[in-house]
Amino acid sequence: MFEQVFFIFVAVVTLGFALIVVTNKNLFHAALALMGTFLGVAIIYVTLGAGFLAMAQLLVYIGAISILIIFAIMMTRHMMSAEEAAFNSQAGLSLFTAVAFFVLVAYVFISYWPTTPADAMLATMTPVDPAILENSVVALGQSFVSPNAYVLPFEVASVMLLAALVGSIFIAKPRLKEDEA
Amino acid sequence: MDIMELLRSLIELNLGEYLLSVGTATWIVDLIGVMTLATVCMILVIFLIWLERKVIARMQDRIGPNRVGGKYGLLQPVSDATKLLSKELITPAGADRIPYNLAPILIVVASLLTWAVIPVAPGVVGVDLNIGVFYILAISSVSVVTFLLAGWGSNNKYALLGAFRAVAQMVSYEVPMIVALLVPILLARSMSTVDIVEAQGIPFIIVVPLSALIFFISALAETGRTPFDLLEADSEIVAGFHIEYSGMKFAMFFLAEFLGTLFMSAFFVVIYLGGYRFFGLENLTIGHLHIGPLLGFIVFSTKVFLVYFVFIWIRATLPRVRVDQLLDFNWKFLVPLSLVLLLTVAVMDKLFLADANAVTKAAVLMVTNIVVGWVTIEILRWRDRDGETAVVPDVVDDAHEAVAAH
Repeated sequence: MFEQVFFIFVAVVTLGFALIVVTNKNLFHAALALMGTFLGVAIIYVTLGAGFLAMAQLLVYIGAISILIIFAIMMTRHMMSAEEAAFNSQAGLSLFTAVAFFVLVAYVFISYWPTTPADAMLATMTPVDPAILENSVVALGQSFVSPNAYVLPFEVASVMLLAALVGSIFIAKPRLKEDEA
Repeated sequence: MDIMELLRSLIELNLGEYLLSVGTATWIVDLIGVMTLATVCMILVIFLIWLERKVIARMQDRIGPNRVGGKYGLLQPVSDATKLLSKELITPAGADRIPYNLAPILIVVASLLTWAVIPVAPGVVGVDLNIGVFYILAISSVSVVTFLLAGWGSNNKYALLGAFRAVAQMVSYEVPMIVALLVPILLARSMSTVDIVEAQGIPFIIVVPLSALIFFISALAETGRTPFDLLEADSEIVAGFHIEYSGMKFAMFFLAEFLGTLFMSAFFVVIYLGGYRFFGLENLTIGHLHIGPLLGFIVFSTKVFLVYFVFIWIRATLPRVRVDQLLDFNWKFLVPLSLVLLLTVAVMDKLFLADANAVTKAAVLMVTNIVVGWVTIEILRWRDRDGETAVVPDVVDDAHEAVAAH
């Protein structure tokens, strides 16, 4: 009961922040609301018992990506008078895409989610073994480097990140002038 | 009998369990724990302000506060706090109200949240998360956001410049800090703060001194203290991101800075100095009284204040670095060094020391650390002699050229 009330509260607040992100005319406020959205998602991860994922969400999305977005806003716009039009010509198309995606997700969930009533479902569910939760980080780390699990995607992702890193340095590098070259 | 049990639980530092055993609700016990931790930290800060002023004054051959509260001026912070409480809260014209008012609250919340996973005595810890260290890093990376809120909300160019400096500095120094922290995590095989303390039969500062040094330097930068106090360099940007704050709102930033420094001392003690451990004193039982936790708490506090003293000592001694020095030192020295150290320790630990006993392992790792540090210094010296590192940095060159062109 309490979990459901809490979840609905967090979900409503998160969606409210998300709504502010797309409707607010002040870009800085929109970026702050984006942080609120990320925080809401992190709280949902915590309630699901995924502590590591929640902290990664905080560290990566709020601590790094949001700050990067704010820096980008401040460096590229007139920061103190950042009144932007909330919608541009792509608004209709975006709305269509978003609604279509939502319908797809809703269809998948309704089709494949267990449709037994909540009480019957609770009766058949087994509680999560506390030992699994306690060692979740160790299990995660081992599955990242285990040949039987995710070592290939993990390595591919790291190579891709390295390539992105080198590429961004190359783009940001000041061009040599003709006489210097 | 009940009173005796209560006193006993107070001395053995398990008041929570006693309250639970007499039928108090869990959430009340949790609330008491949270309030105790938060209040003790905040009250300690009042004392720390006095300590900092007094110690710095003595080091600089001054007397320091000596008027309020007897010969040693012990009540000086109380009068300071009263003055700050009675001051008017001025909001600058054109301030962005929501970020401006949110920043001082969030920064204190973030500094207090990190205390949740610090084990202050055996069995006395807010919550023993299996991702304890990661939790601390995540929370402190969120606190970076508050600088931006304050700097942008104030509608002041000095505040914004200060916020930019603060964010650049904190985001940069997070990298060597995290990599240095990976070394003790690797040795303890756990990210839980309690497990790391339990793994330190030999304190990690002896096993991996270089990692401790890198962490300490990064911690100095993360707390924004001398020699890394560019974010509030008075002579350049007046006071940095909190220039437009007055009264208690200003005091909140001040509080967060002291809380952060105290926290970094405690974190250093937990990760590198063995936390509450001191030659088995933390497990002592006299008669039927399990006095270990109390002694452990005293040991922990002593260590924390020793580290805090070093923080003050450095503040009273070193001048401020320049921005280019700050970033060069981080990206060209600390980050590569910490990566090399992490790889070295990982390879040594996994390949050569898998079956070694604790003492051999510690000795070999310590020697490895010293060798890595020595080689680094030799490389720097060699490069410097070859004139490869710019002794006169570009900024000065540019200034000279500008003057010459004029």
